[in-house]
Amino acid sequence: MTDSKEIKVREKQELTTPAEQTTPGIVFSPQVDIFETDKEITLLADIPGVKSEMLNIDLRDNILTITGDIEPAGSSNEENVLIEFDTGRFYRQFTLSEVIDQNKIDAKLGDGVLRLRLPKVEKATPRRIAIKAA
Amino acid sequence: MIYRRFFGFPSYEFRNPFAEIERMKRQMERLLEGVAGPYQRQDAGVFPLINLTESKDSFYIRAELPGVVAADLDIQATSNAVSITGERKIPVENKDARWHRREREAGKFSRIIAMPSEINPDKVDARLIDGILTVVVHKAEAAKPRQISVR
Repeated sequence: MTDSKEIKVREKQELTTPAEQTTPGIVFSPQVDIFETDKEITLLADIPGVKSEMLNIDLRDNILTITGDIEPAGSSNEENVLIEFDTGRFYRQFTLSEVIDQNKIDAKLGDGVLRLRLPKVEKATPRRIAIKAA
Repeated sequence: MIYRRFFGFPSYEFRNPFAEIERMKRQMERLLEGVAGPYQRQDAGVFPLINLTESKDSFYIRAELPGVVAADLDIQATSNAVSITGERKIPVENKDARWHRREREAGKFSRIIAMPSEINPDKVDARLIDGILTVVVHKAEAAKPRQISVR
């Protein structure tokens, strides 16, 4: 299905938020995939250049915040020839409608992709109600 | 004198009738710049976007390729160009998953980057770390700058 498809250029989306960041620099909103099963919500985010120790995931009051800082690439003796993209911090927030089990959250970071598993708390998982004959 | 009265311009403008058009064009460009913001830049329109930098003896090509594994990447170099070909695969998830958002894209990509000067195709080093590809290309001996001592 995806075999013949070619990836199109999409410019990195700069974040426009009413709340300003305290540190200067450009902030980008990473592209994400989110899907849900009966037991958990999974979030995948493209955050190239972010190392695990620079990644911050925070969940409080149903608001999930992902912040990833990057180190500037290259050394000071390099001169720019052609610059097509900028780099900077990644930042994105989501409001979760489901109740998430904070203790079971699991995050993996590999090849610039974050995979975040957010298991729902037991009572939020739908349970089939067996109807007994009277 | 009559010219001045009619058109309100000093007479030198008439020697170059296009000067006024040029001026308007510049003003228009300045106006558009303000609308589009400073983050408007030209790119080749081909995935992946690259940043090319140079030091005294090498070029550095950087591209953001999150989720691409090194095995799916093919980099070739000639004396004046580097080609980056590959595929980004997104594994199929659980089929009873309900999607909320799908912003990430999978697919093939191919790009050829013409180098500003001659390079040594035998000395190309590519690394893929945390989704960022860095290709270090050494310049050909003939293209390196030389220190000239002044006598």
